Amino acid sequence: MTVEALTLTLVLITFAIYIYIGWWSKVKDTSNFFVAGKEIPAVANGAAIAADWMSAASFISMAGLISFLGYDGTIYLMGWTGGYVLLALLLAPYLRKFGRYTVPDFIGDRYYSNGARAVAAIATIFISLTYVAGQMRGVGIVFSRYLQVDIMVGVFIGMAIVAFFAVLGGMKGITWTQVIQYFVLIIAFIIPAAAISLKLTGNPVPQLGLVFSDIAKQLSDLQVQLGLNEYLKPFQNLSGLNVFAVTLALMIGTAGLPHVIIRFYTVKDVRSARWSAGWALVFIALLYTTAPAIGVFAKYNLINSFNNEPIDQVREISWVAKWEETGLLKLEDKNGDGTLNFTNNNDTNEVTIDRDIIVLSTPEVANLSPFIIALVAAGGLAAALSTASGLLLAMSSAVSHDLYYRIFRPDASEKQRLAVGRWMIFLAVIVAGYFGINPPGFVGEVVAFAFGLAAASLFPAIFLGIFDKRMNREGAIWGILSGLIFTLTMILLMRSVQIFGTETQIIESFLGINAQGIGVIGAIINFVVSFIVSRNTQEPPEEISKMVEDIRIPKVVETSEK
Amino acid sequence: MDVNQELNEKQKEYWQKNIRLIVGLLVIWFLVSLFAGIIMAVPLSNVPFFNLPLSFWFAQQGSIIIFVILIFYYAKKMDQLDEQYDVKEVILTEQTDKKGDDS
Repeated sequence: MTVEALTLTLVLITFAIYIYIGWWSKVKDTSNFFVAGKEIPAVANGAAIAADWMSAASFISMAGLISFLGYDGTIYLMGWTGGYVLLALLLAPYLRKFGRYTVPDFIGDRYYSNGARAVAAIATIFISLTYVAGQMRGVGIVFSRYLQVDIMVGVFIGMAIVAFFAVLGGMKGITWTQVIQYFVLIIAFIIPAAAISLKLTGNPVPQLGLVFSDIAKQLSDLQVQLGLNEYLKPFQNLSGLNVFAVTLALMIGTAGLPHVIIRFYTVKDVRSARWSAGWALVFIALLYTTAPAIGVFAKYNLINSFNNEPIDQVREISWVAKWEETGLLKLEDKNGDGTLNFTNNNDTNEVTIDRDIIVLSTPEVANLSPFIIALVAAGGLAAALSTASGLLLAMSSAVSHDLYYRIFRPDASEKQRLAVGRWMIFLAVIVAGYFGINPPGFVGEVVAFAFGLAAASLFPAIFLGIFDKRMNREGAIWGILSGLIFTLTMILLMRSVQIFGTETQIIESFLGINAQGIGVIGAIINFVVSFIVSRNTQEPPEEISKMVEDIRIPKVVETSEK
Repeated sequence: MDVNQELNEKQKEYWQKNIRLIVGLLVIWFLVSLFAGIIMAVPLSNVPFFNLPLSFWFAQQGSIIIFVILIFYYAKKMDQLDEQYDVKEVILTEQTDKKGDDS
């Protein structure tokens, strides 16, 4: 079979499985629809969180991104994993004890205010929407790259699949498909990594290969020789302050992302919430510790295959021709000497590598069978679909549960609420698909929004709601608003080139911190404002203090009276 | 009233132990990530860890591994603490289902 036929077969098989699960897990009530009936086992929830978390970008682009950033790539590695420690220790167990359906549920109830609820719901929708656009695009790109179909057709196919299992199965359908999707994506990621690690270091475990071989050192020296950045040296691409701020902003932002938080409502008890956070990070760490190793190995291998080699000879390598065709790899003999040279100068550099190639070309570089290449395509699709479905549910529940039911129609019947939930997911799929087909020009930039806003708005409000009994409605609302407005304004001003089309950035940085890291300042502002306002306004009512005490203790209070 | 008082005292103690555990673990969390990988990035670059500089190892691998250990350690410790203070959650399927519906 050709690679394409294999890819198509494998993609169809995985899609059939996802659809089957959607049908198998079809739900009839809101508890199952929004939180999978609260009966997902901790390990399965961990896998689902991991699949939810790792998007098409984590799967396809991250290893490449790190290999270009070198040491500074740590912003993504630590930033996107460290947040789980905050989640596990500070938020997950208490939100599970609180035990409703959404993030705005908690904020609205804890701060006895529908205004706070509405702000949280809108923040949820906005954060999830900016994130989901990229996922649908990712589905289209994987389709077009591996199966040569139009990006638009790819997006439509992705929409149909997600709509099927999400509308029918709600959170339950999404969770179980995510569990399967996790295994598809991790196997697809690890096999090529193990192969290239074995080839270069003699050790099939990429994590060990990275530590115990000298490939990283060699790559670092090679890059210095070529006039590129020293790979192992910190702060070559970003200032130390920015590396710190971006890492911390991504950590706090991760802990405040609604589509991740709501997954902790789906387990059966507080204990499972704590354990499932651990499992989630194990599953995530498998990919996140493999990625820096692939980044080093693949880059070393690429530079060695190309540098000072005759261009005609290089072009005879089968995968080179293929990736040159896609435009992700550009070889140009600019000085006409017949060999290829890497330099750090655009005018003389003869090899241009798109960062996505690091992961996408690894199976071919390592001479793996076409089956593995097909598996990588299925893995990329699994990563994009699983993240998209989690985000769609977060958006749909914010509209149908928080806005429609909790604020506008508290008397809605169970049946109406379920119907609205289904319609909202369907609508969200259409919106996401629209952005997938017509991506806003700044789609890459808006991810900074998602993390920055989550860090500056939701995380502090939830954290204070649990750990500061004195925190009241006024403090929380003013805190959220000031954090949100500050962060939003800063990102808009710093990314004005992409968003408003201005000639230059209106402001370059805030005290040296860039748009990706600004969420940290937003979060600090939120904390400070919340504290000051709450201490100068009325204490929260008695029943709220009781509620806070109740969520701090796993045991249900009514049954604890002996 | 006495029973309730005693219960409250116990719960307070449980909460304080929980907070102490959280703070301790977050200090480690900070030390292995932001501190060792970023603040100390330059000085620790000269300290080797097998074939990598120590700070690079923390920044791109070590911190993540320690994060996993921290979460599991917390879960394990809290299981013990729940047991010790008799605050383990009792699963009442009926009740948890209802909790989401009434409001």
